Amino acid sequence: MVAYALCAVAALLALSPIAVAASAAPRGARAATSLVYGACLIITLILGAIALFALYRDSATTSVVTLPLGLPWLGAHFRIDALAAFFLVVVNLGGAAASLFALGYGRHEHSPQRVLPFYPAYLAAMNLVVMADDAFSFLVSWEFMSLTSWALVIANHELRENMRAGFVYLMMASFGTLMLLLAFGLLAGPGGNYTFDAIRTSQPAAIVAALTFTLALAGAGSKAGLVPLHAWLPLAHPAAPSHVSALMSGVMTKVAVYGFLRLVFDLLGTPAWWWSIVVLALGGITAVMGVLYALMQRDLKRVLAYSTIENIGIIFVALGLALAFQSEGLAAAAALSLTAGLFHVFNHSLFKSLLFFGAGSVLNATGTRDMEHLGGLIHRMPRTAVVFLAGSVAISALPPLNGFVSEWLIFQAILLSPQLPSWGLKLTVPAVGALLALSAALAAACFVRAFGITFLGRPRTPAASGAQETDGHSLAAMVLLATLCLIAGILPGLFIDALAPVVQLLVRGRMPVQTGVEWLSIVPIAESRSSYNGLLLFSFMIVSGATTAFAIHRLASDKLRRGPAWGCGYPDASVAMQYTADSFAQPIRRVFGTTLFRAREIGEMPRPGSTAPARLTVQLRDLIWDYGYAPIAIGVDVVADRLNYLQFLTIRSYLSLVFAALVLLLLVLAIWP
Amino acid sequence: MPALVFDIAHLLAGSLVVMSFVQLYQDRLSALINVFAVHALVLALSVAWQAFAQGAPHLYITAAIALVFKAIIIPVALRRIMVRLGIHREIEVVVGVGPAMLLGIGLVALAMVVMLRVTAEADPLAREDLAFALSVVLLGLLMMVTRRNAVSQVIGFMSLENGLVLAATGAKGMPLVVEISVAFSVLIAFIVIGIFLFRIRERFDTVDMQALDKFRGERR
Amino acid sequence: MAVIRDFALQGAQMLLVLLLSPLLTGFVRKLKARLLRRQGPPLLQPYRDLIRLMRKEVVLADNASWLFRVIPYFVFAATWIAASLVPTFRSGLLFSWSADLIAIIAVLASARFALALAGLDVGTSFGGIGSSREVMIASLAEPAMLMIVFAVALIAGSTQLSTMAAFMNSPEVGLRVSLGLALIALVIVAIAENARIPVDNPATHLELTMVHEAMVLEYSGRHLALIELSAALKLLLYISLIACLFAPWGLSSPAAGPWELTVGAVAYVVKLAAGGALLAVFETVIAKMRVFRLPGFIGAALMLALLATLLRFVSGSF
Repeated sequence: MVAYALCAVAALLALSPIAVAASAAPRGARAATSLVYGACLIITLILGAIALFALYRDSATTSVVTLPLGLPWLGAHFRIDALAAFFLVVVNLGGAAASLFALGYGRHEHSPQRVLPFYPAYLAAMNLVVMADDAFSFLVSWEFMSLTSWALVIANHELRENMRAGFVYLMMASFGTLMLLLAFGLLAGPGGNYTFDAIRTSQPAAIVAALTFTLALAGAGSKAGLVPLHAWLPLAHPAAPSHVSALMSGVMTKVAVYGFLRLVFDLLGTPAWWWSIVVLALGGITAVMGVLYALMQRDLKRVLAYSTIENIGIIFVALGLALAFQSEGLAAAAALSLTAGLFHVFNHSLFKSLLFFGAGSVLNATGTRDMEHLGGLIHRMPRTAVVFLAGSVAISALPPLNGFVSEWLIFQAILLSPQLPSWGLKLTVPAVGALLALSAALAAACFVRAFGITFLGRPRTPAASGAQETDGHSLAAMVLLATLCLIAGILPGLFIDALAPVVQLLVRGRMPVQTGVEWLSIVPIAESRSSYNGLLLFSFMIVSGATTAFAIHRLASDKLRRGPAWGCGYPDASVAMQYTADSFAQPIRRVFGTTLFRAREIGEMPRPGSTAPARLTVQLRDLIWDYGYAPIAIGVDVVADRLNYLQFLTIRSYLSLVFAALVLLLLVLAIWP
Repeated sequence: MPALVFDIAHLLAGSLVVMSFVQLYQDRLSALINVFAVHALVLALSVAWQAFAQGAPHLYITAAIALVFKAIIIPVALRRIMVRLGIHREIEVVVGVGPAMLLGIGLVALAMVVMLRVTAEADPLAREDLAFALSVVLLGLLMMVTRRNAVSQVIGFMSLENGLVLAATGAKGMPLVVEISVAFSVLIAFIVIGIFLFRIRERFDTVDMQALDKFRGERR
Repeated sequence: MAVIRDFALQGAQMLLVLLLSPLLTGFVRKLKARLLRRQGPPLLQPYRDLIRLMRKEVVLADNASWLFRVIPYFVFAATWIAASLVPTFRSGLLFSWSADLIAIIAVLASARFALALAGLDVGTSFGGIGSSREVMIASLAEPAMLMIVFAVALIAGSTQLSTMAAFMNSPEVGLRVSLGLALIALVIVAIAENARIPVDNPATHLELTMVHEAMVLEYSGRHLALIELSAALKLLLYISLIACLFAPWGLSSPAAGPWELTVGAVAYVVKLAAGGALLAVFETVIAKMRVFRLPGFIGAALMLALLATLLRFVSGSF
């Protein structure tokens, strides 16, 4: 099993040099694109099938493969257990969809030789991180994943903002890897045994476990996008090509969640009482801040990147609840929360990839990502509009699609939490529940805005009125993802049962079996307590809507006439009279943004008689950047400036420095007991 | 039957906390005085119910005092002061309504945690009434801190005292003389504050605390 | 046999909510008019309005898309389903387990999402105003509603409406502080969601401060009829919800015979009339708030609901 998977990964890695050679050949760019993406599609489908098979079988004896690579006394261990199998499914489903999309989208790439070599390597790296069974291969694959995605982020290097995005991304990725390095170092202990099996059996002291937890949260959280370590995400994700953005948002953040799960739930053992409070608080704040940031953006891809931050917050809330229940030994409730979190991981990878593909199609068709320059695309790109609408409905957690089911399960888990005795949790959980509800409502507002301003209304620029429909491959990828969203929303019982082995591995408990419930409902706790039937709701909506339409058209009237828009009798000729993205967000900006973003609207009116235009400016400040990141950057600059004088010393000074360091070390050796 | 008694006592104490929140929400002085009258009325009802539940007839007198003085006399007097000072428009707040209510919720949570942990062995009715009473006291203090108008600060002080009365009746066996002395001291304090307000208003034409700070030379 | 009876009862509820909702709207309008010393429109006027609108030709803007034409049917279907799942004269109907209270709120949120999109579709300023203000109100009212559901569910031990109604009807419920807080918050949220004074004015169509009416400004004919019917259904749903959670007397249980069903139906009509009368009086007494005072108003509901949930978490006797 693992051996087949490793062969497939090797095939992916082999594609990189092939891609370099193929795209270097004259007029070979188009063939290279089809070759590389087609091969990636096939290989990721194979890997996904292997992972599904491993998840379904879930035998207790999962095979481990040890390769003689890496450290000589360690080797490189790889294993696919239930947790790895689930995340392999997520990674490879996302990879397959992105490759299918890129078969169409990649034709428009103007420098494919900067993208094609790194894309298969990126997919291979993500697979390796999930399959790694010892700390060394985990960290090497993690860093490889960061480097390949960095190369893809700076693919369009002509734009200065892309280079800046790459720089910030590299800094934050290095920070994350450093945190994980320290965490694994603490876990391996002075014995230095890095395999996961050995770490699992060792019992770290409480202080070591606490420190490891904090480092793991910082390291994995920065890659996933937890506030306040999120600053790189909205810069880097929009800068990359759209299929890579989909992979970064939809899949790489989930690999970070995998890292957190592996470290905290699997390797660290029973959690302490306060861990869940930290995770819950961070998750809740991330969810609300993410969606509020998203509402303030004009760039469509940046909206989607901030929305990823919001959903990561929701996932971490579910994980925090699972930690809380596990630390009290309530296995059934922990299973419910963990299932909800993992289901949201799957759902988010589906609809976020779908939305990024849509944004990529819009970018290709119109040449711009700025919502203020778009509009009326539902007439020019009807099929893209349908799938983008499906993605927007899914991400706003509305029935009957899948986003609602995972959020519903999280709410059911919150309703179980009064059993927890800790006072900190008694106060944190209701507050986090309110934050979660707030973020769900704001997400719906965000996607009404994103879909409405981009696709509805009238075209605001000639670029928007001249858009062409997307090509077949890209549409096929999007339709596939939208169909999966619908299926996951209508038949969630299947997915909940499929997650049972993973949950059993991590919290030693599982949700009640869902396949036997009548009418295909899901019953998370008990029948009298709560139940949900997505299939019935969906069927009722379709049937009653269609019946009403039919009845009214037959019995009352089906006449229709077109005319100019009513608009209260105002002859509304100008396209600029429509609502813009900024004006749509103005009420919410005024309610929430005045304190959180210091949002100010400044209107400058010209003096009477002057022909200058009036100007309305909206000023926003990213307080986390201004008070968190900027001081650190300034501090580093100051220290670097001071230390610069070390570059210009005389030879005698350098020799004395070396001599002083040597004497100091000898002193330490002498004094140390 | 005892469960119903328990629940009604809780309901009345909880209504007192809700009335404190309603006070925080008001932004016009006349409305604030009306809400304070209702606050005192709910206090009177709560104390009367405690008298019935505990079988302590002297608490009926406490309830009557609260009703007469704080629900009728003091609001009427405040309304007359308000008309004479001519300040019946807005109350300027230091913190907005939203943040003030969020702080209020935090204070209630804090009061709950403190009271329910500290009094873990006591009788449940008394514990939870004490928790509500501490919430009312903290909310009264919050109101004093987040308002600029002196009359609204006085009302915050009065509602704080209402919370103290609720606490005292919750803990069984408060003798009558304590209540009378507390009530009289509050009345004296109120008269003194009223006199001072008139003097200030005469000299400076305003009772806005920030403007008064300017006259003291404290604001730049 | 029992299955046919259950189907018939569920069907009866769906028909009942559909037929009663215009009557409720007409009753509220008539009462408001009488309170203002006017005669007011006849009680059955909303039925006549709906029939008249259904028969008219639809005038569609030139650039309205297929989404604009489909949305009224979707909004109607979603609201009708949600209204059929709230217990009116009997709890435990056949399909009541397919959606609990959180799912019902989410179905209404889908309807609101669709309506906000419809406001943006034609590309006029009025639609934009309506949609942007609607999502602002929703971003506060929906969390408040969810916290109310949490508070009541923590007392009743379930989010299934039939179980909650049965619990509220039983003697174990007692007079709880959290229930009082939840009731006040639910009344505020119901007013905000149904676009009633002080949040929005349902009576005029031209003010710039309108929210719901501005979103549906471009609709005409049968589309407008469906949207008005959906608004009436939503009002009926919220009054039924308040009645079944906080005034559940007379609600017949799943094991009821024909006499209990009749009592349940009569009690339901009485509760609707009482709710409508209280709404009419409240709307007449209070003035509409300016738009940027609304976050404070609905935020107060969110705070009260949060306080209710917090109290339930802190102690079981709150």
